[in-house]
Amino acid sequence: MSRSLGGLVPLSRTMVLGLVRDRTAVFFMLIFPLMFLVLFGALFQDTSVSRSPIAQVGDVELLEELPADYRADLDKVVELRRAADLDEALKQVRDGDVAGAIWQDGTTIEVRYSEADGVRAGTVRSVVQTLVESANLAATGQPPTYTIAMDTVEDDSVKPIQFLAPGLLGWAVAMGGAFLSALTLVSMRKTRLLRRLWLAPVRPWAVVAGRVGVTLGLAVVQTAVFLGVAVIPFYGLQLSGAWWLSIPLVLCGSLAFMSIGLIIGAVAKTEEAANGILQVTIMPMAFLSGSFFPADVMPSWLSTIAQVMPLKHLNEALMAVLSRDDSWGTALPVMGGLLLFTAVCTAIAAKLFRWDSA
Amino acid sequence: MDQPAISVSGLRKTYGDVQAVDGVTFEVAPGEFYGILGPNGAGKTTTLEIVEGLRRPDEGTAELFGIPSWPRNYELLRRIGVQLQATAFFEKLTAREQIHTFADLYEVPRERADAMLESVGLTEKADVSDTELSGGQAQRLSIACALVHDPELVFLDEPTTGLDPQARRNMWDLLREINAAGRTVVLTTHYLDEAEVLCDRVSIMDAGRILRTGPPAELISELGVKTLEDVFLQLTGREFRQ
Repeated sequence: MSRSLGGLVPLSRTMVLGLVRDRTAVFFMLIFPLMFLVLFGALFQDTSVSRSPIAQVGDVELLEELPADYRADLDKVVELRRAADLDEALKQVRDGDVAGAIWQDGTTIEVRYSEADGVRAGTVRSVVQTLVESANLAATGQPPTYTIAMDTVEDDSVKPIQFLAPGLLGWAVAMGGAFLSALTLVSMRKTRLLRRLWLAPVRPWAVVAGRVGVTLGLAVVQTAVFLGVAVIPFYGLQLSGAWWLSIPLVLCGSLAFMSIGLIIGAVAKTEEAANGILQVTIMPMAFLSGSFFPADVMPSWLSTIAQVMPLKHLNEALMAVLSRDDSWGTALPVMGGLLLFTAVCTAIAAKLFRWDSA
Repeated sequence: MDQPAISVSGLRKTYGDVQAVDGVTFEVAPGEFYGILGPNGAGKTTTLEIVEGLRRPDEGTAELFGIPSWPRNYELLRRIGVQLQATAFFEKLTAREQIHTFADLYEVPRERADAMLESVGLTEKADVSDTELSGGQAQRLSIACALVHDPELVFLDEPTTGLDPQARRNMWDLLREINAAGRTVVLTTHYLDEAEVLCDRVSIMDAGRILRTGPPAELISELGVKTLEDVFLQLTGREFRQ
């Protein structure tokens, strides 16, 4: 074979140039999904209940005499604010500005709280109760009979970044693959570039391989950028051992979405039509496949529909290998399924394909 | 006698129930400037596409330099240059990048591409995107791309359609130069003055058949008329067609 590899080298170069210079394409395939990640990742970052503010009136010995480490623990749960007088503090409770009011009357610790927010009310009650009891115990001079040892464990629940990163990556790859192959097909047919290439010493496989190669390259770039952003401490995605399996998964997914794009490109006569069909195909698929929110909040009949969508399986497999420590056992069947899907769609596209748009 | 550059015999092509090409036979000698004329829908472009190797004929053969143009033959493709009716360019590339890509596809040096750009007068427009070129500039770029690998045989499908009179005269000079450099040129057009000025020989086509072939001057005197246009109208009729 020659230095141009049957046309593969120059064709791939023109495709990369054409893609990089297409600002709309770069925006929708990279920047737009990334904006979702940056935004959703920040919005859903802190799902824990915020500290409960408590209005304090005058001096409360119990609080003033607290040892420093106790005080630090307390500050994690409640935020003490000074109120000018009792009326002011009670007004704040009524308005919902604070969770409760606290003041000392002789040896009685007075607490008032609103029942409007049960969680906050409970927090205020138990915090103050604990403080009073331990102060009472300390006052007796006896060592405590029971002590508590506490530590945290990694829970099984899904952190937002754990489904956002794979889900939005899956969506980005789906858009990239489907849009590139559909629009390539339509525009090549329209501009007759394919015919011109037919009359040049270009191997047919080089035209296909160039397009597929460039799209797979885009998918790898998308993966690198998404994971790169998701693992920065602010978003805090923890990659598990077999995270690199996301790369073959994304490549298989990209092929599957390209094959969807081939069908759309074979059917659509104009770029506008292709664009419209792509939008109404990819967006609902992304929603149903859990790209934007966890799929398990959906009603079961929707989940059943989602089962036939390649993006759903890609998203779940990506989540599994990226942060659930799953490995080949999860990835291989999904890759096989995606490739099978690709084969079926490509065969359908070949049936529907017409050289001329007429 | 030299082997003909093009040898076509008994070409037929049907689309559905339309007989687009109905038994076309002709030969083109090396170095000749040959024109195919005819009204719209006469089968010029289909004939040209079969000869180039874009379409497979239902019947008949089309040989270039004695080699059938169908199936695709990579050695043959290196010896022919084509300019299609609609200009076909890669997206988002400048004029220079377009022709450099064609140079790379044909594996000829890029300096050669730059020289072609110069020869069609587009050096100043080299860094302009193809969408910003005027109709004439785009046609010239398309022709430069067809010539980048120095082909022996060049096919030009209506290269002057849509050009203003100045750009057409300008294009004629370019086409003459291409032929004067020793290349065989096949041209389709529906401008009769153009064929009369440029072509050594023309074939007049209608309804998928060749009605008459010969040097323009001979056809004019044979039918006792003034111009090639009169020949054309006499052969194809005056009635309006769609």
